[in-house]
Amino acid sequence: MKQLTIISGKGGTGKTSITAAFASITKNAVFADCDVDAADLHLIFKPNVIETMSFNGLKIASVNKEICTECKKCYDHCKFEAINENITIIKESCEGCGVCEYVCPVDAIKMIDRNSGFSYISESRFGPMAHAILKTAEEASGKLVTVVRNNAKSLAEKKKKDLIIIDGPPGIGCPVISSISGVDLILIVTEPTLSAIHDLERIIGVAYHFKIPIVVCINKCDINLDNTKKIEHYCKSNNIEIVGKIPYNSLVTEAMIHEKNIIEYSKGNFSDMIIDMWDKVKGRLNA
Amino acid sequence: MNISVASGKGGTGKTTIATNLALTLGKVQFIDCDVEEPNANIFLKAKIRESEKVAIKIPEVDKTKCDFCSKCSEFCAYNAIAVVPSNVLVFPELCHSCGGCELVCPKDAINWNSRIIGRVEHGQAEGIDFYHGLLNVGEMQAIPIIKALKKKVDKSKNVIIDVPPGTACPVIESIGGSDYCILVTEPTPFGLYDLKLAVQVVKHLNIPFGVVINRDGIGDKQVETFCQNENIPVLLKIPEKKMIAHLYSKGIALVNESYEWHEMFGQFFNRIQEEVKK
Repeated sequence: MKQLTIISGKGGTGKTSITAAFASITKNAVFADCDVDAADLHLIFKPNVIETMSFNGLKIASVNKEICTECKKCYDHCKFEAINENITIIKESCEGCGVCEYVCPVDAIKMIDRNSGFSYISESRFGPMAHAILKTAEEASGKLVTVVRNNAKSLAEKKKKDLIIIDGPPGIGCPVISSISGVDLILIVTEPTLSAIHDLERIIGVAYHFKIPIVVCINKCDINLDNTKKIEHYCKSNNIEIVGKIPYNSLVTEAMIHEKNIIEYSKGNFSDMIIDMWDKVKGRLNA
Repeated sequence: MNISVASGKGGTGKTTIATNLALTLGKVQFIDCDVEEPNANIFLKAKIRESEKVAIKIPEVDKTKCDFCSKCSEFCAYNAIAVVPSNVLVFPELCHSCGGCELVCPKDAINWNSRIIGRVEHGQAEGIDFYHGLLNVGEMQAIPIIKALKKKVDKSKNVIIDVPPGTACPVIESIGGSDYCILVTEPTPFGLYDLKLAVQVVKHLNIPFGVVINRDGIGDKQVETFCQNENIPVLLKIPEKKMIAHLYSKGIALVNESYEWHEMFGQFFNRIQEEVKK
């Protein structure tokens, strides 16, 4: 089984639109939306949820005020400023370490499960899909990404699919690292803006750090041709294959409004470019 | 006044709004909290004069004292320490520095080492007191760097905070303590869906907020309808124009290009002040 993750460093370069377009081309893939903070892939996939699972991230401290003597040992030991002087837990700051429970001399603190979101196993017109929702203001998005990836793997085994395509989150931190660890190939979607180029260099650094092969797609390549040349030059000198140069096209947004991917929505040149890009990505995955 | 600029979805124009507002106002403090992918300085062009390392504490096990009892690994909620026969392994990138392993160790075998995970940089740009943070490539935890940045907030000034995308812990850490939050979105189904998530975050934190619609005209009217129905003020609309995208691609702020934009962002700030007074 092969795994491909689509990421970008910078947000809004077109990860999800490209992932959704691939869904119309690939015949034997499971899709996983690992942008668990702001998941959008389901807006195109319109999946039927088959199974919903509650996600418990980190635990959270709970104080029994009737037992608490306000000795403040927990307050003194908490490294996350998650307990105030009145010995009230600040939910957003608690990282679930359990130190307060350990130091409490009267056993007034218990670490309890914290529902941080839901993961879903679904079926769609493109095949099986794993996705999730992280509740507002929760931690542990990296952990939820791992849950989604495990769901996708078991789906692939059950449904005898040989490929998992992962729509990743923006950034370079915890959820991104969880989305790319152990995959066979990363497709980085960038655009010819100075911001995206800056972010591209950082995300390539992350891929190198974890020794994962990468290919690059320059999306909206015609908004600044000089910058597109810069990206091409940079990729060439670093031996990175550019698998697609996709011009800006308002059809992408139109398709999104109609809850379709670009391949379903329009059968022109533009779709052919995405199909051509997929062929190159597939070639690299199977190399 | 402390104004944060956020969005659920990435790439909607947070940095565009934050930097143009800062350049319009002049004497403000600007803090780029998107430590994974900081871009504000591409537009503000501050000369960085100071750089401060951000380090977290990571346990180191003194193997002459350790008797491999496993109490530390049993306690660790993050699986950052593992005990195998006659060895202890620490996984620094998983450690949250809670101090639990040291507390439970019966042999006093845990010492602390500093691990540098990034840096905070400081500089000036046309009267703007500028800070940004950079998470080192390959590191997981953005929060300690955002915390280090938030310590720089000067309450006597107007402060503009550029927030990372999403709705999870780095966003909460960045927005916390703001007097007002600007949510930037685009008029598309993805923009709307992620705006609704961002609205939940700011409501959860009890911070007054308004919406900016960027790339107005590319999609549909659903974002405006949502804002109307929810009584959320739409503070500014920036039209979809090739010229704007082109300036952005070159790292040029709109307000530095035409006085019209300068005036528009001035009015935008007045509107925010009125909203805060409500």
